[in-house]
Amino acid sequence: MKKTLNLVLIAAFVLGAFAVVGVGLVAFTQAMTAERIAANERAALMGKLEAVVPGVSIENDPLADVVVVSDPALLGGETTEVYRVRSGGEVVALILDPMVPDGYAGPIKLLVAVRSDGTLGGVRVLSHHETPGLGDKIEERKSDWVLSFDGKSLEDPPPEQWEVERDGGVFDQFTGATITPRSIVRAVKRTLVFVEEKGADLYADPATEPAAEPASAAVPATQAGRDPATVSAEDAS
Amino acid sequence: MSAPKPYRQLFRDGLWANNQALVALLGLCPLLAVTTTATNGLGMGLATMAVLVLSNATISLIRNLVRPEVRLPVFVLVIASFVTIVELTMKAYFFELYNVLGLFIPLIVTNCLIIGRAEAFASKHRLDQAVVDGLAMGVGFMLVLTFLGGLRELAGQGTLFYQADLMFGEAARALSLSVGPDFQGALIAILPPGAFIFLGLLIALKNLLDKRAKRRQLERAAKTSAPVDPAVAAG
Repeated sequence: MKKTLNLVLIAAFVLGAFAVVGVGLVAFTQAMTAERIAANERAALMGKLEAVVPGVSIENDPLADVVVVSDPALLGGETTEVYRVRSGGEVVALILDPMVPDGYAGPIKLLVAVRSDGTLGGVRVLSHHETPGLGDKIEERKSDWVLSFDGKSLEDPPPEQWEVERDGGVFDQFTGATITPRSIVRAVKRTLVFVEEKGADLYADPATEPAAEPASAAVPATQAGRDPATVSAEDAS
Repeated sequence: MSAPKPYRQLFRDGLWANNQALVALLGLCPLLAVTTTATNGLGMGLATMAVLVLSNATISLIRNLVRPEVRLPVFVLVIASFVTIVELTMKAYFFELYNVLGLFIPLIVTNCLIIGRAEAFASKHRLDQAVVDGLAMGVGFMLVLTFLGGLRELAGQGTLFYQADLMFGEAARALSLSVGPDFQGALIAILPPGAFIFLGLLIALKNLLDKRAKRRQLERAAKTSAPVDPAVAAG
């Protein structure tokens, strides 16, 4: 009896020891790589932001100059980040990450850049679950389709032509997939409408000094996000 | 503890005779999920091989410490720790590769091939044997992954090693092949059912080759023994 107990205790001890060593190793690796991983993620996001505002020399840190807005009707998701790109002290473009709720196979996450003159700097797809070979032509690396938004605005084409060709609009659909491009075209249009309605608030929001440290830049972002009076759907209606 | 096996035999088993993907049918979850392109297959194969060698080595080292009652939970702990470490390391030093494969790396934990080798081989053999076994089984698995990925990619979108440069740097761009921009491809090859169909074809091909090799061996044996008979009769 006592012998059995001893065996059980030894087994438990061995298992516990391995758990401690395993967790320790993982925690050590995590601590060693955390900084590098965060830097990689920032660099990757920054690269995506630069890609949608071609020809602009970004002079601030848009990742720190963020306003969080909430307008599920126009922007899809519960909250949407608005990165502000400054050049020569002025906000020259807003970059939003709206959600397309009605993709063919679940929500699609977009990155949409709107320049201060109301034209689109560019649109990219951040994540999606569309059918490989059909709906996934919305990815820039698979097809040029998503580039057809460059330079478009609510005046060009006129609002009623912000549709895929099948619905009488100016945007291509792909063979075999209409739902995906249709959802994206409409979502981009809604984003433009949102920026047109709320743009003034977004641009006017307290400027963060380009030279300021990221820590202080985070303050207006949180203020704007927490305070629905600044920019939100209820505000407009 | 089992007797050590010659390295040659370990490689023969890992690459062909006991190929974990084609014969043991282990590790199907990552096998079917990531093999949409040859590049993905190769990347996943490399990550799996790294974990397999590390886990085999560790388990062989601790095989006399661990009581049989708790060996499986200990193996799982060891494997899960290594997978997390590989994932974090990839995220820190091969970020592009991680973006392509990221979702599937944690799946390596569920790859029965790894715990299978831990239980069936590494826990009963010396360190060098366990490492070579891990390497051989890992290479065998990687080759199947890459080959299956290549087949599905070629049939589905008419390319081979598409965007290999994303994973292995600019030098790998030369690897990328394309049948031509007009090639429409059979979409089913990239979709999940295609994975099952092509894996089935691969297994059939292996069985066919094995059968043919066996028949040839029998014929040769018959031929060498035939001339002996008259001599025996004469004597």
